[in-house]
Amino acid sequence: MSMINYASREINCKLVYYGPGLGGKTTNLEHVYNKVAPGSRGKMISLATETERTLFFDFLPVDLGTIRGFKVKFHLYTVPGQVYYNASRKLILKGVDGVVFVADSQIERMDANIEAMQNLYENMTQHGYDLTKIPFAIQYNKRDLPNAAPISELQAALNPGWPVTDPMKQRPLPDPYHDAEFLVAQEDGHWVERAPYFEAVALTGDGVFDTLKGISKNVVKTLG
Amino acid sequence: MSGASSWSFREEDAKRIQTILSGFLGESNARTALIVDRTGQMVATVGEAPAFDPTAFASLTAADFSANDQLARMLGESEFGALFHQGERESMYLADIARRVILVVLFDNRTTLGLVKLRVKAAVTQLTQVFIDMFNRDGTNAPGVESEFLGEAEDEIDKLFGA
Repeated sequence: MSMINYASREINCKLVYYGPGLGGKTTNLEHVYNKVAPGSRGKMISLATETERTLFFDFLPVDLGTIRGFKVKFHLYTVPGQVYYNASRKLILKGVDGVVFVADSQIERMDANIEAMQNLYENMTQHGYDLTKIPFAIQYNKRDLPNAAPISELQAALNPGWPVTDPMKQRPLPDPYHDAEFLVAQEDGHWVERAPYFEAVALTGDGVFDTLKGISKNVVKTLG
Repeated sequence: MSGASSWSFREEDAKRIQTILSGFLGESNARTALIVDRTGQMVATVGEAPAFDPTAFASLTAADFSANDQLARMLGESEFGALFHQGERESMYLADIARRVILVVLFDNRTTLGLVKLRVKAAVTQLTQVFIDMFNRDGTNAPGVESEFLGEAEDEIDKLFGA
């Protein structure tokens, strides 16, 4: 957690939307901006090129209201997806409290997804953060397209899981968002944990708030 | 530390910072001094209340400073300890504090860059000590949030983002 300001009674949480170029990160934020009550959100800032590609970041503050005397705010950021913008992408991760990886479901974008995921792990490590220990969710976007890969393939490629070494956590943990699926499970004798995932069509808004709710609840849990 | 390093900002910290910055504003004739943390959050504002959106301002300041940090490294410098943006009427001067927060000074033609730079040095030294004390303290006895906080926060998330 970044900062609790006891003087101004504010808690700010930083959520970063990460993923390959043209995957729908900015579209997620735009949908949130359009649907959240104007009194609960600030101005959306986009540092974009003339062709509307994110150059540095998009930023949208969302106000959760006052809880137990603290004003709680989520600061939503996107990073530029294009490979050559890594320097600015890495900067935005500084002080991150939760990460949403927005994957492009189209089969043709599988390599771009994998490359962006590896880049996320590398940049987090360089900041000294461990992605398996902070709130992290994956959104499979563009589920409406005919060339969308099956979820099982996307999961195998992007969310294969990481080993659970803590004996206290080595027990089945049902996935609250998908029946008969597990976030922690034993596979081939080994305990494995996966990030929660969400299906979305960001253009129409499907799944956008499910993802945001999921990640923000996990971030709030880290405050306790 | 698995995630971002945490720190808390208390009433007494705010008072120390307020005292240092009020003194600095008086001596330099600058309008407003702001403290922004490097992750893009506003920590404190002293002096004339700014007319702009402070949240947006803080996120852009942090990005500005971080981008310039990287430019410094490309030139073989470890950092640019300070930045200056000059406008026709309004200007801003930014200085690093303890590598964790940024002091932003807003000033107009009632003063000069030279005077701001001259006076800011002492303020930076004092603020650095305040923040080093603050970071060293944290993790030991941070008060934390009340136990009911979590449930109420989840309810608010459902309300705001749709149940």
